[in-house]
Amino acid sequence: MSRIGVLVCHCGENIGRTVDCASVARALGDLPGVAHAADYKYMCSDPGQLLVKQAIAEKKLDGVVVAACSPRMHEKTFRRACASAGMNAFLCEMANIREHCSWIHESRGDATEKAIALARAIVEKVKRNQPLSPIRIPIERRALVIGGGIAGIQAALDIAEGGREVVLVEKEPSIGGHMSQLSETFPTLDCSQCILTPRMVEAYQHPGIKLLAYSEVESVSGYIGNFEVKVRRKARSVDETRCNGCGECQAACPNKKIPSEFEQGLGKRSAIYVPFPQAVPNIPVIDRAHCALFRGRAKGLKKDACSKCKEACGRQAVDFDQQDTFTTVKVGAVVVATGYQLYSVGKQQPSDKLKGYGEYGYGTIPDVIDGLQFERLASASGPTGGKILRPSDGKEPKKIVFLQCIGSRDPAKGIEYCSKVCCMYVAKHTMLYRHKVHDGKAYVFYMDVRAAGKGYEEFARRAVEEEGAIYLRGRVSKLERTGNAIKVHGFDTLSGRPMVIDADMVVLATAMRPQPGIEALAQKLSVSCDGHGFINEAHPKLRPVETNTAGVFVAGACQAPRDIPDSVAMASGAASKVLGLFSNEELERDPTVAVVDETGCAGCFHCERVCPYGAVERKEIKDRKGVLLKVVATVNKGVCQGCGTCQATCPSKNVELQGFTDEQIFAAISAL
Amino acid sequence: MSLAIGPGQRLEDSVSDGSSHPDSSLAGDLRRATGLNVAACYQCGKCSAGCPMAAEMPLKPHQMLRLAQLDLRDELLSDPSPWLCLTCETCTARCPNEVDPARLIDGLREIVFKSGSAVAPLRLRAFHKAFLRQIRRHGRVFEVGLIVDYKRRTGALFDDVLSAPAVFRRGKLALSPSNIEGRDEVRRIFEACGQAAARKEVHS
Amino acid sequence: MKLGYFPGCSLHSTAKEFDLSLKAVAGPLDVELEEIHDWSCCGSSSAHATDHLLSIALAARNLSLAEQQGLSQVMAPCAACFSRLATARHEMAHDEEQAELVRPMLARPFKNAVEVQNVVALLQGLAGRIKAKATPLTGLKVACYYGCLLVRPPEVAQFDDPEDPTSMEQVVAATGATAVRWSRRLDCCGAGFSLSRVGSVVRLGRAILEDAKASGAQAVVVACPMCHSNLDLRQSAMEARRASLGLPILFLTQLVGLALKLDPASLGLERHFVSAVGVMRALAAPAPQQLPATRG
Repeated sequence: MSRIGVLVCHCGENIGRTVDCASVARALGDLPGVAHAADYKYMCSDPGQLLVKQAIAEKKLDGVVVAACSPRMHEKTFRRACASAGMNAFLCEMANIREHCSWIHESRGDATEKAIALARAIVEKVKRNQPLSPIRIPIERRALVIGGGIAGIQAALDIAEGGREVVLVEKEPSIGGHMSQLSETFPTLDCSQCILTPRMVEAYQHPGIKLLAYSEVESVSGYIGNFEVKVRRKARSVDETRCNGCGECQAACPNKKIPSEFEQGLGKRSAIYVPFPQAVPNIPVIDRAHCALFRGRAKGLKKDACSKCKEACGRQAVDFDQQDTFTTVKVGAVVVATGYQLYSVGKQQPSDKLKGYGEYGYGTIPDVIDGLQFERLASASGPTGGKILRPSDGKEPKKIVFLQCIGSRDPAKGIEYCSKVCCMYVAKHTMLYRHKVHDGKAYVFYMDVRAAGKGYEEFARRAVEEEGAIYLRGRVSKLERTGNAIKVHGFDTLSGRPMVIDADMVVLATAMRPQPGIEALAQKLSVSCDGHGFINEAHPKLRPVETNTAGVFVAGACQAPRDIPDSVAMASGAASKVLGLFSNEELERDPTVAVVDETGCAGCFHCERVCPYGAVERKEIKDRKGVLLKVVATVNKGVCQGCGTCQATCPSKNVELQGFTDEQIFAAISAL
Repeated sequence: MSLAIGPGQRLEDSVSDGSSHPDSSLAGDLRRATGLNVAACYQCGKCSAGCPMAAEMPLKPHQMLRLAQLDLRDELLSDPSPWLCLTCETCTARCPNEVDPARLIDGLREIVFKSGSAVAPLRLRAFHKAFLRQIRRHGRVFEVGLIVDYKRRTGALFDDVLSAPAVFRRGKLALSPSNIEGRDEVRRIFEACGQAAARKEVHS
Repeated sequence: MKLGYFPGCSLHSTAKEFDLSLKAVAGPLDVELEEIHDWSCCGSSSAHATDHLLSIALAARNLSLAEQQGLSQVMAPCAACFSRLATARHEMAHDEEQAELVRPMLARPFKNAVEVQNVVALLQGLAGRIKAKATPLTGLKVACYYGCLLVRPPEVAQFDDPEDPTSMEQVVAATGATAVRWSRRLDCCGAGFSLSRVGSVVRLGRAILEDAKASGAQAVVVACPMCHSNLDLRQSAMEARRASLGLPILFLTQLVGLALKLDPASLGLERHFVSAVGVMRALAAPAPQQLPATRG
């Protein structure tokens, strides 16, 4: 006969108001196998926990049921209390009579009856509980950081400074991300590159950081503490060990008319190129889609059409025959920091859900640019040397209209969220414009100015009060090309007047979206994305840098629109989580995992197909002579998240979730 | 509970108390008439920015929706602005929050029209009435009859161009109405719609 | 190709030339138009502005007649009729509560199985045939004017891009004429107020025609009888105290007819207030005798 103790919590009035806790305790006390039953105002308080411990010692209990709140709240509390009283922690369970009962019912009689039933069910389950011990897993104390923008760089540096190795993977030829494209940053107006490039160099030179630029994550296997990641190192066509970054190859390349990605199409680059002068690593890459030699080869030409870069290279670093290579790294944790891209207003959209802005000409009206393009125009290292000039005719615009919330807060175009950073960078743009074009007039169409952040509101007000920007509250209905100007048809809801402005240039503050390919990467990492492709954090408030896959963390704008300070803070948060994990040699986790009875397993592998975490593996059973007898399923304890899908699927009932066996569950149901 | 928001204006507390009483606010009437939620308007003004008639409207489209949100029923329903909407649907096509202002303004007109209130501008009301009378009578619109009826209702001098002989000379106006066979069918549709509207009134 | 035909009230009166030219081009393009027997008015803006249920029921009656006649598609050349019929079809499919009210009013079974088409979509589908049979209208520059109801609201019209449509331009290209680029091709001309608020109509129409003129168009091509009568009939008022506009307003079907070398009179080209003689001369087509216009 079991000796179960039942402890009923009033949770102040939370439970006590609708459930007669004393009656619950009395009713449970009469059940066979229950050796002790009591109720108390706050069971989670120190005196409450003491009651649990005393009961275990005095009544020699072999199981405890705490009828209180959700196990998500206090299961750990009570299991720790039981363990300290010498009982196996997994012999303690909670019956949820708050969220599942008192909070959702009004009739005291009915609620009390239901609370008794819930507690009775858990008593029957606990009678069948087995002592379990936590699982221990060794940890590979090296981290992978995906994405070399400011978030990825910060996370990599923090982890490396904490004494652990980092592999930093960046898909572009250089690290630096979008921050390297920005001119000045709000709210201090300090030069973006001036504060970023030291970090880039530091990351490159840090002995603890291995930089794999121009590389992408190919596949990921394993689990927290033990990931195995295959990285594709894309062929640069330049031998990194030989190149010294002298730039002769770029000078020799005959094709210098390719729109530069770094300059957002406003500047040109050669086919062999370094994206920008401070690139890290400063090693060129051949853009094979535009290189005459590779285009010729693709067409089947026998003779190479051009090899001027190779001829110009004094170190024989140019290698036309280089292929993609693969490298595998073992890491214990992953930080995803893949950043963002800007929504485009064009007719062609990456998904049916997104719509372009036909009313703004689908991006075909000249001198209608986006925020990143304006950054390049304003940047001293940009295509105009920091002069604000129209892309169409190189003239200085005297009237610029900035439109906020383009794509953002626009469910009709497929994006309902606020992109958070645009209000601030538009204010900054109006200032930069005013500083460069003294007689220029900046107009801003906005819906709300969202300037929550240290020094942000003050900065946004400065644009209006001191820098002469005219803020007009309203959205613009249409952009119309009229001769050399762009007619902006807007409305100022504050004055109640239509506002039609003939602008020389229009800057669209377009929405932030996750990088293309984020969903494929998320799938490789078994993390989930929201409807827009942003990586889901494990909890929006309490676990902001963790994901729902243990050991995978998230930082920066791949989780939601973020500015630089937010991204950096998040990256440091993720790094500290990684270092916290790495402060242990072994990982301890709940034994709530599935276990296969290998003798009964028929090897149908339905469990393998349904497992959402890829935890089911195949195991060969051999006899002593090494002859293969059968192949059975086995569950990798490190990967299993205890969802129980395999258990529900197994036709021969040979896989069971520890702590949630069929026997336990059926007993609980039968007791209801 | 009510909140004074200006001289002579009171903002009735129209927040639903979760009970099953029908929402007697203008927003409630609009929801019944159109199935749309006027609270969804976040007042960006894009409708007013693109509205071809905004320049002539005392209340711009977004302001009409705002008054509906504030339940300033008398002020909104006595204004000519809803009657100045051409139903060109530009606002609806461009509304970022998918509020459908054009349909809501239709709804405002319907509410006024059915109340029999005299606020609808005389000429527009006369035109619509004359037009529908044509359909009810003949099944189709007989323009000469429409014009005569309209003129009778407004008492206004009829429009110059359309009365000019040039229109007739171009064979653009038939001189006698063409009645369809299913006139009774059409009349019954009018009657059934009238009854449906009356039932709705009783329910609300 | 057999198609149900819903002419609507205007094509029997003010827009007679739309009806004439449509029927004239149908033959050469192998389109057989079968008029819906005993059709009634779609309700137009008056039903729409005053009684939503009535506007759906009146339009649905015509759809039910077409269904009874065994038609699978109905083409409504008038943009307003098209919009009303398409709205009825859309709402009868998506608003069950309302559909239950409407169905008993129709006096015949109704499965909502008839598709609604406009004339631009029809001609766009026939662009290849038009091009093959056309004597190209080389050198003629026209402004394609869509107005409101062909493309808006998009979920009802289900036709072309609501902000950047190209179907009319495709038809114009098939005739060999050139479609100019201009801004106001989707703006409303105000036709809904043609009788009741002439001042607004003149203001709106003037802005549209001035833009078309400034873009180098010699004529404006439309596919809506209200837009047509508005921009044609009231053009003289739009010109008052301003530079002369002199922009003939052609139905798209008339332009196609010209490319097919049909007799201008059979296309009703002489019926316009703003003479199409200039256009005809530019094309070296025999000019119809223009009826005297009365201005004022």
